[in-house]
Amino acid sequence: MAARMQQGGRPGGARFAQFKLVLLGESAVGKSSLVLRFVKDQFDDYRESTIGAAFLTQTIALDDQTTVKFEIWDTAGQERYKSLAPMYYRNANCAVVVYDITQASSLDKAKSWVKELQRQANENIIIALAGNKADLVAEQPDKRAVQTADAEAYARESNLLFFETSAKTAENVKELFTAIAKKLPIEQASQRGMRGPAGRPGGVDLGNRQEAGSAGGGPGGCNC
Amino acid sequence: MPDDSSADHEATQPFGVAPRTTDGSEQPEVGNKVGDGDGADGDDMEQSRELPPPPLPPRPSLHVPSSRPPASGSFRLSKRTSRPQLLSQPTTALSVADVHTQGRGENATATSSSASRAVSRKHSASHSGRFLGNSDSGGEDSASVISYAPTLDARLDGESLLGDVPAEATTPAWRALSAQIERDNPFETVPPESDVATLQIQHEFDEIGSVDAHGSNEETLLEAWKTKLKHFFILSASGKPIYSRHGDDQLISNYIGIAQTIISFYQGADDPLRGFTAGGARFVMLSKGPLNLVAVSRLGESDAQLRTQLESLYMQILSTLTLPSMEKMFSNRPSTDLRRPLQGTDVLLDGLADGFTRGSPSTLLSALECLRLRKTHRRAINDTLLRVRSPNLLYGLIVAAGRLVSVVRPKKHSLHPGDLHLIFNMLFEAGSVRAGGGENWIPLCLPGFNNTGYLYMYVSFFSTSERDGSGPHERPAATGGKDDELAIVLISAQKEGFYELRKMRDDLVEQLENNGSMDVIKSAIRKGHASCSDIVPGTVLRHFLYKSRGNVQFTMPSFEPYFHGLGHRRKLMSLYQTLHESIHSRTAHLKVQHCVGRDATALAWETPLFELYCVAGPQATRASLAQGANRIVQWIRREEERVFIIGGAVF
Repeated sequence: MAARMQQGGRPGGARFAQFKLVLLGESAVGKSSLVLRFVKDQFDDYRESTIGAAFLTQTIALDDQTTVKFEIWDTAGQERYKSLAPMYYRNANCAVVVYDITQASSLDKAKSWVKELQRQANENIIIALAGNKADLVAEQPDKRAVQTADAEAYARESNLLFFETSAKTAENVKELFTAIAKKLPIEQASQRGMRGPAGRPGGVDLGNRQEAGSAGGGPGGCNC
Repeated sequence: MPDDSSADHEATQPFGVAPRTTDGSEQPEVGNKVGDGDGADGDDMEQSRELPPPPLPPRPSLHVPSSRPPASGSFRLSKRTSRPQLLSQPTTALSVADVHTQGRGENATATSSSASRAVSRKHSASHSGRFLGNSDSGGEDSASVISYAPTLDARLDGESLLGDVPAEATTPAWRALSAQIERDNPFETVPPESDVATLQIQHEFDEIGSVDAHGSNEETLLEAWKTKLKHFFILSASGKPIYSRHGDDQLISNYIGIAQTIISFYQGADDPLRGFTAGGARFVMLSKGPLNLVAVSRLGESDAQLRTQLESLYMQILSTLTLPSMEKMFSNRPSTDLRRPLQGTDVLLDGLADGFTRGSPSTLLSALECLRLRKTHRRAINDTLLRVRSPNLLYGLIVAAGRLVSVVRPKKHSLHPGDLHLIFNMLFEAGSVRAGGGENWIPLCLPGFNNTGYLYMYVSFFSTSERDGSGPHERPAATGGKDDELAIVLISAQKEGFYELRKMRDDLVEQLENNGSMDVIKSAIRKGHASCSDIVPGTVLRHFLYKSRGNVQFTMPSFEPYFHGLGHRRKLMSLYQTLHESIHSRTAHLKVQHCVGRDATALAWETPLFELYCVAGPQATRASLAQGANRIVQWIRREEERVFIIGGAVF
């Protein structure tokens, strides 16, 4: 399949890299909706809980020369899946920790995820904090339970990227992922010749080769 | 108790299957002799058993609707007495002479062996003797509710001893009782023009809103809630609500409280309540460790069928939690609120519950359906599965449109149909896996395989309607219905096995594409179910279910053109439920059963190898129905390796 497609063929100077991204956060804050917006540019008003974890990929072009492919683990937020989380973030290059700006408790949960990531995950992991459901607050400002300034301050002191997003209106969704991509060590990753970023176990190589191949068609074709 | 009160049943032998020996055929003689069944000592019954069975009578034109003919053992007693009352029931019917009930409620001693049969006859005869003098205390082992009705005419004793519902009953008490039971009968109480269940089921799955802040809409919501045909509740032993199909906590808390009170009252008396009927609904309880499950149905399922449904919900809970961890939660804290650990699985329970409400052949038969493929094609797929099998694979499944295409499994582990049902429900009923549009990695417990631990399931969906080679995970989300989707399911005990199984998926898809199997599968999916008349040209049959017992699989034709839409299908499934119960109830010993009703005739036929349920239009003759059934069996014999997976890919 994809892996059998041409490996090279990229125009001179083009850079391609792929990274593993994990979404974490309390249940029902909109992790899957953010991913669905990012990957398919769709939104479901009634979305059922994620069962286990979903694995998706999306490629974005940062510029004419640079393409980044995300391998995304969209995890379920329920408590019972918590013990599985390390499996998803262990080799992640980046993480999006999501909370719901209309639910104060979801930010607490987000903070605990951030703490866990900073302790247990890859030490160079890029973490973004996303306050989702901005559309609800745009409609009814009194629904807001987490002030932007508070979350922003927390993000700054914890060295996180920060966005308030709406999967429903697509507000800041692409911006969020693009900002992450820009912070990722693309040069390093692509120089390693399709082997992916450092520290990845052999098991992922298959994915690397395959995705590398499919991106070989050129950055232009990958733009979402 | 669901009942076939107006449907007429018979035991016959149109297929050369050994029927129960004495039924039907000898009845005419016996009946003629009996004018004084009361106090019979059983000798003449023994005699009558020696009579050579006469040939089956031709299909009669007798307009004696809804006879409630007695069950085999003691038909002679009731024959005379039941006849006069028969006229009140508006169904077409077979003659009394060749009609038999399924014998539900029959004396428990009655079995299919002739020796014990003789015993049971004597038994019931002696009952009737006793009954004369003590007409309101009934026979102890024929404990039909009706046997105890105080208005019971002694002349009816033979019948009531059998536990049959006298549909011809004329007293108010009888009518009240039988009206309730008869509601379950799809033929009689569901005339096309006033079919409550059919109408209601259109709204069955409508959401009931939440009670607003002031509770002002509670009344309205409760009304809507009460119109639901079916409810499922799960509560903990301490009475905490865990799941309810309809209505939120606030709305139903009173009812949960009542349920808990009733259940614990009987549990306290060490005599657990198993079921009761109230207001036209059947309530069935199932107690499973720390959980109590309750089904409330107005759809006429039998207790056994409802209990199977509750078992399935329980399995779903175990599948989420595993048995030891659930037990631990409750032993640590008996008042545990299981809603939290189960959070997010309501959709799975709803999916199961709604499947039961719609009526699923798969659940009814506890069997799976396979995609029909040529034997060589299936073998090619099996070989591919074995070739690409990765070392940590436990089970691999290819599932198309809810039907199994192929299985790869270890020799010593077969797949439990209940487990597969949970998986299919997760994939095809609950939307989230399908709508995710990617690949999934799902920890789950398969209780039939091992209820103490988790397995890990890799799922990859792809649409078969698109043929642009866009790759398996570029499936358009939420567009194509579930009918054109193909899922590859790979199950491993390895928590970290995702990438390994993903590679297997890639290899599998590549090889299936290369050897043409993928096209074969896709075209089989597109073809859908064959219609009944494609399978048996010119048949009177409109639909059938054929279950191969050895393979635990079933096959059926398309519901179209006769059973279009939810209402009609539900009605068909109710009929199948009745047929199924008639040959599966604990006291049933029938091998073949023929039902005639206002809008359908039907036939159930059971052998050690298979169960077959056929439905034809109301005008179909018994002979043509039997002929259709025989031709289906012939068709299955020819096609067995196409419609069923025999063995699968075993390693």
